[in-house]
Amino acid sequence: MYALQWKEKVCATCPSADCLLKCQYISFARHDEAHGEMMKVVRGEDSRVLHECATCYACEEYCKRGNHPFYLISERREERGMFTAPRPITNQWKNMTQMQGKYMVGQVKDKALSCCFIPDLGILGTGEIFKDVASAVAFGAEFMCPAVHTHFARMSVIKERLPIVIENFVKLGVKEVICLHDECYGTFTAIASAYGIDVPFKPVYYMDFLLSRMKEMKDRIKPLGIKAAYQRPCSNRLIPDKHPLVKEILDLIGVELPNREYQGENCLCCGEILRSVSGYKLADDVQERNLNDMVQTGAEYCVFNCPACQSSLSEKVAKKGLKPVHIIDLCKMALGEKERGVR
Amino acid sequence: MSDILKALIEIVGERGVSNTPEELWFYSRDPGVLTPHLPDYVVAPRTTEEVRKIVLLANREKIPVVPMGNGMSLTGLVIPLKGGIVLDMKRMNKILEVNAMARYAVVEGGTSQGVLKAYLQEHYPQLRHSIPDAPPTTTIAANAALHGQGRLTQQYGFNSEMVTGLEVVLPTGEVCLIGSPSLGPYWFSRGPTMPDLSALFLGWLGTTGIITKIGLRLYPNKKIRDVELFVTDRVDLIPDILYKLTHLEILEDVNVWFQPKPLMFQGNFHITLYFTGDTEEEIAFKRRMVWDALQEYMDSKDGGFMSVQYMKEMLMEMPQRGIADFADVPKGGGFEYSGPITIIEHFPQYAAKVVELAAKYDVLYASSARLISGGHCMMFSISFAFNRNDPAMMTRVKHALDEATAFALEMGGIPWKPNFMEQKMIMEKMDKNALKLLQMIKNNLDPQGIMNPGNWEVNS
Repeated sequence: MYALQWKEKVCATCPSADCLLKCQYISFARHDEAHGEMMKVVRGEDSRVLHECATCYACEEYCKRGNHPFYLISERREERGMFTAPRPITNQWKNMTQMQGKYMVGQVKDKALSCCFIPDLGILGTGEIFKDVASAVAFGAEFMCPAVHTHFARMSVIKERLPIVIENFVKLGVKEVICLHDECYGTFTAIASAYGIDVPFKPVYYMDFLLSRMKEMKDRIKPLGIKAAYQRPCSNRLIPDKHPLVKEILDLIGVELPNREYQGENCLCCGEILRSVSGYKLADDVQERNLNDMVQTGAEYCVFNCPACQSSLSEKVAKKGLKPVHIIDLCKMALGEKERGVR
Repeated sequence: MSDILKALIEIVGERGVSNTPEELWFYSRDPGVLTPHLPDYVVAPRTTEEVRKIVLLANREKIPVVPMGNGMSLTGLVIPLKGGIVLDMKRMNKILEVNAMARYAVVEGGTSQGVLKAYLQEHYPQLRHSIPDAPPTTTIAANAALHGQGRLTQQYGFNSEMVTGLEVVLPTGEVCLIGSPSLGPYWFSRGPTMPDLSALFLGWLGTTGIITKIGLRLYPNKKIRDVELFVTDRVDLIPDILYKLTHLEILEDVNVWFQPKPLMFQGNFHITLYFTGDTEEEIAFKRRMVWDALQEYMDSKDGGFMSVQYMKEMLMEMPQRGIADFADVPKGGGFEYSGPITIIEHFPQYAAKVVELAAKYDVLYASSARLISGGHCMMFSISFAFNRNDPAMMTRVKHALDEATAFALEMGGIPWKPNFMEQKMIMEKMDKNALKLLQMIKNNLDPQGIMNPGNWEVNS
């Protein structure tokens, strides 16, 4: 069984305790308090962190020393038999994402276009942008990154399933897997690396692919001339070095990304997992603050990276007067493939 | 051509009668597991007067008459067990009146749920009726006649309790107005403050008369509907959860369901909660009420709310079509259910019985319970899917359903829309004096025994 690779000494000598001091959901007054609680987690003792963590993934980004505080919190919770969300919800996710041999694989050669286990991604991964890879779709639980189980503190599911998912891609004979879901790319890079799991193919982040393709088709781009607020997903916290790609892509297609309070490291969760883990009060509060912040920027669109965020927030942003759209669809709009509007 | 056929043609015209084998074949069966039986004639009247003449003819010739809506009861209630005339009411499908202020509609006896729904949506969007989760072609009168339920049953009771008046052709040919329409032009009350004579026809499954007009309560159609889905893996908690939810008095509809397939549903009990409002604030307030009522189960990690985004479109369908998907899991598109009415505290025992029967008879189950009248009782459906082209599987389903009915009766429940065998089981268990009263009523109303014979037959 794979084990999380981390070092107690790194936490013990941490000068910042940023992992907890920056946390948006658990409040700490002082460095020593935050550091003390994290050390309890490190030592395998009970800590308020284990009870209050909302599973937003952010501490993975806050920790600049690469010691995986979020995975560790999740490991400790599971060791203690704790449930973050209600037990039936946790088990439902486990069942829902169980491999049952009901997957779909297109004409895969050396590249696969991973649609995870999210049907919407199959629709997004089409058109001129994806013309060379759209037929190489891999979809289904057999190709789904199991990172979602981190929210439920079930790292054992990840350790059990991730090697199988990787093996399933290997069996396809691929050299590259273009990941349409942040979480997949984050899993094949950040999580796999943290657990010492070998990934014998090259994971390609879809925004890298998107930027590259849009540059190739630069002549066809008609700048959209709109303003869009960006909803950064939790899984992007696993791959913070990829966050700047959003601005690069939006700049290229003439979309202004206005500054707002909840952006970058300070971004807020879409709220759907918070609803399961912490109840509606926190989820409603987070969503309301997040959406009001978007509205205040004067943005016409809310641009999404993750289909799960889009599903949970689309109706709500629309009620606030913003048009919900995935970043791929914005690119298609700039190419004239898609009409402006809500998807 | 027989004299009876000639007489029927004289009453309804040539296009309203048939005795051709291919048409009789269709009218000999329903989509359930019961054995088909051929009628002698199929007749489709257009007016109450035609119905009256057909009944008089049937009386004279002692021919059975089986009134039929859309024939979707699944329990063989319109299979002509003793042949005779199947009276297809679907040509009597006019909406006669909508009184928006008094919130009722009057429709002919063959009017479908879909026709009334569409009519209200177009002309009275502020009003709605209690739509059952059945195909839109099912009829309003038949649904009331078998004490059906619908989307407003949790709030207002059985759909039969929403009846505001009837026009009935008695088995002896008299046309009777029941309730306030018997005194004047208004269809606002089926009985009170007079004796409620509608009880002589509702629940009798067409054995005491033919409903040719029916008045039905309408209700406010709020601008927004929304849904939440609560899940728990502890069946023992279900009665308490439902008690807390019904205490709120804000839910439009509450359904509890569990099924082993697809895998994501396995092991959990799902409670679908519908609520309505005219503003976003009202919806938000009601949602908070629901969440607060169940917070203790979330705190104990025994239950929680599922995200409904991906399922919302399906959950909001009215009627829901999901049952058709379930029916086709074993291929061959068949399903039937026993739906006893029972008290909510028995949910865990019924749930265990479903799983036991499915294992014993090697059939696929799905179960759903709908709350009735704010939780006074529930309809617990024990549903099994089968392949219509697999007689052995159909037989196993039939045995499983028979055992489910016996169990329901043992538990003090009442089988819903019972087939003729289940009716016999009910009458065997019924208080003897009540049975005698039932017999007196039936014999007096239908002295020739021509109405849907084989059903509610005390003497057999």
